[in-house]
Amino acid sequence: MELTTIWFLLVAVLFTGYFILEGFDFGVGMLLPVLGRDDRERRVLINTIGPVWDGNEVWLITAGGAMFAAFPEWYATLFSGFYLPLLLILLALIARGVAFEYRHKRPEASWKRRWDQAIFVGSLVPAILWGVAFANILRGVPLSADHEYVGGLLDLLNPYALLGGLTTLGLFLTHGAVFLALKTTGDIRDRAGALAVKVGAGTAVAAVAFLAWTLTIRSSTAAVALAVGAALALVAGLAAARVRREGWAFTGTAVAIALAVATLFAALFPNVLPSTLDAAGTLTATNAASTPYTLKIMTWVAVVFTPIVLAYQGWTYWVFRKRIGVQNIPQH
Amino acid sequence: MHSWGFQVDALDVARWQFGVTTVYHFLFVPLTIGLSILVAILQTLWHRTGQERYLKLTKFYGKLFLINFAMGVVTGIVQEFQFGMNWSDYSRFVGDIFGAPLAIEALVAFFLESTFIGLWIFGWDRLPKRLHLAAIWAAAIGTNLSAYFILAANSFMQHPVGYRVNPSTGRAELTDFFAVLTNKVALITFPHTLSGAFLVAGSLIVAVGLWHVFRNRDSADTDAYRFATKFGSWVVLISSALVLFTGDIQGKIMTDVQPMKMAAAEALYTTESPASFSVLTVGSLDGSREVFAIKIPYLLSFLGTGDPNGTVHGINDLQTQYAAQYGAGSYTPIIPVTYWSFRFMIGLGLAAAAIALIVLWSQRKGRTPRSRWLLRAGLVMPLLPLLANSFGWIFTEMGRQPWIVFGEMLTRNGVSRTVSLAEVLTSFTAFTLIYATLAVIEFKLLVRYAKAGVPDVTPAPVDDDTDDAERPLAFAY
Repeated sequence: MELTTIWFLLVAVLFTGYFILEGFDFGVGMLLPVLGRDDRERRVLINTIGPVWDGNEVWLITAGGAMFAAFPEWYATLFSGFYLPLLLILLALIARGVAFEYRHKRPEASWKRRWDQAIFVGSLVPAILWGVAFANILRGVPLSADHEYVGGLLDLLNPYALLGGLTTLGLFLTHGAVFLALKTTGDIRDRAGALAVKVGAGTAVAAVAFLAWTLTIRSSTAAVALAVGAALALVAGLAAARVRREGWAFTGTAVAIALAVATLFAALFPNVLPSTLDAAGTLTATNAASTPYTLKIMTWVAVVFTPIVLAYQGWTYWVFRKRIGVQNIPQH
Repeated sequence: MHSWGFQVDALDVARWQFGVTTVYHFLFVPLTIGLSILVAILQTLWHRTGQERYLKLTKFYGKLFLINFAMGVVTGIVQEFQFGMNWSDYSRFVGDIFGAPLAIEALVAFFLESTFIGLWIFGWDRLPKRLHLAAIWAAAIGTNLSAYFILAANSFMQHPVGYRVNPSTGRAELTDFFAVLTNKVALITFPHTLSGAFLVAGSLIVAVGLWHVFRNRDSADTDAYRFATKFGSWVVLISSALVLFTGDIQGKIMTDVQPMKMAAAEALYTTESPASFSVLTVGSLDGSREVFAIKIPYLLSFLGTGDPNGTVHGINDLQTQYAAQYGAGSYTPIIPVTYWSFRFMIGLGLAAAAIALIVLWSQRKGRTPRSRWLLRAGLVMPLLPLLANSFGWIFTEMGRQPWIVFGEMLTRNGVSRTVSLAEVLTSFTAFTLIYATLAVIEFKLLVRYAKAGVPDVTPAPVDDDTDDAERPLAFAY
């Protein structure tokens, strides 16, 4: 396999990992005002992701770094072109990350309320905008022949991209609710499970519509198969959530997110950022790539370190595998 | 030279944004680098001796460390994204080389740091003691390792090595990754940056400890605070020695690879051999010659070359030489900025070391420090090396100007061409506002938790009847 193809796959894997992991973090953050009826319940929700949210976010930093290293043209055009959406995502991630750490540092209700709002908005904004961004990557954007983004903000807010945003919003909400049903006890667990099924049903409609629309824009046999798989996994996950098989439900939503992201990348390949103007402007895994020497070094680094990272990050989840409930929240 | 009129363009704002976000990010990084290791050492002391005071100090300084840590993490993401957003032509030019250390930093260092910090924060009751200690060490090593990769990337901008410029694409291409990682600028900047970070972390430990030593003359915890004060002072003294030592080597390398930066640090306008060190130089308004100066003879030659009679090139001669080499234009950084940031960096760092020495002296042979002036000096102490760190970065980045990659790409050619003034102004304003707000919140929290003092570490009575699933978490957000 060509090195550029390997790195296309690796970038896809990194974003997939990011969306699966931070996907439920976003979901938990958005459900904070919905499922957390008092401070103790909200603390239960936050503490389900407390030990892991930071490690989950590093998937994004690694994906960004990998994109920069392996496809500098893609990174440069995408990040300068999607300027305002990325700015909003950054501001959201800043507010949300600090909120997790600072919320319990003072006892006043007003203090906590403000950080709760930061967690909610800081989770909602990226949950929508990542969908908008990736839909636009797939759909293509106005690129000049020298690969510069020549569109405006409004070019990014087309109906297809907005449906993409709605889809990621729904997927992350469902995924987060299923995660909470898996990680909590008592009343919260029941309510999270019930909510997952309800939100999930709506999400399934949006996701199927979005994936079908995707395949009309660009497609391949693999993309069709992956899209069908994503829809089936989501339905299976929801069925499992309905009968309170929470482990299977979480597996289902995680696989659904993975396959949905894979669908986009499979449909996109070998392009990385198609141009809606001059075809010469289209960025591909070949013309956006670094030199073979750089890719070779990066491949070795990835081959050695990715399994190590997966091992210790997986172990963390095992350490914190226990469900928690309001009875586990200390007074201070 | 750069235009500083009323005409502001996207380039100016992008530069300001980079400066503000980077200096801001680096307000938190030194504490994260230094405190991670120092807290790990305190916890190791507890592990080895079983003495409760070390556990108290671990938890106490650990809490301050975490308040700061969050800020370092979230401001760091901006740094990675900013290259693509505001400096896309720079990213295109150097991506083949510069992206690799960034990706490796994330994969090798950030995962280690963030995963194990989570294990450490929440793992007090979940992990065996030894493994819990290993978690803080893993996080600390990850943090320090990350510094290496990002400094290797920055060093490429200061002194590009291991690459060639492909004439057909006009881009820099990696030819020797090992050379990039062992860039002599990176090898010396890494220990210099780390010792600078420990200077800040040690100073914070001293300041907080000293405040409590003055507050609680005879509490059960006085002993712990006294230990912390001395421990922090030694950290400051040792790291200030290392800062000077590495800084000296760095100066010689800089004289060799970035002579203009050295000349700008000294406002040395004409080539001298021997060159004298400027204690104070006042330049003419257009910045092309000196008006008034107090100097120490031979010192600059010695600092720059190791030989008291060595030649140090002057700004005007280098300017002429670069204009001939790279084409017409100004290759001179803004001299007052480089000259003063260089001096503030050194002066503030040395001041912290001097205070540490007095703090140690005041506690010699079990004495109790009494001077209010010492307390005041102790309290401002962490700000001194923190600002010294900022000035160090301002110096090294401003001293590289007008280059973004020395000798290869001008900063003005690296900016994103398609990002409008309105966009970059929006982002600059947004970051400045959110950063300013968070700085106030963070500082107040640090003070609040510093004042609260060491926690009670007596373990809660374990009720054997309580089911494990009912027990409260040892730590919860």
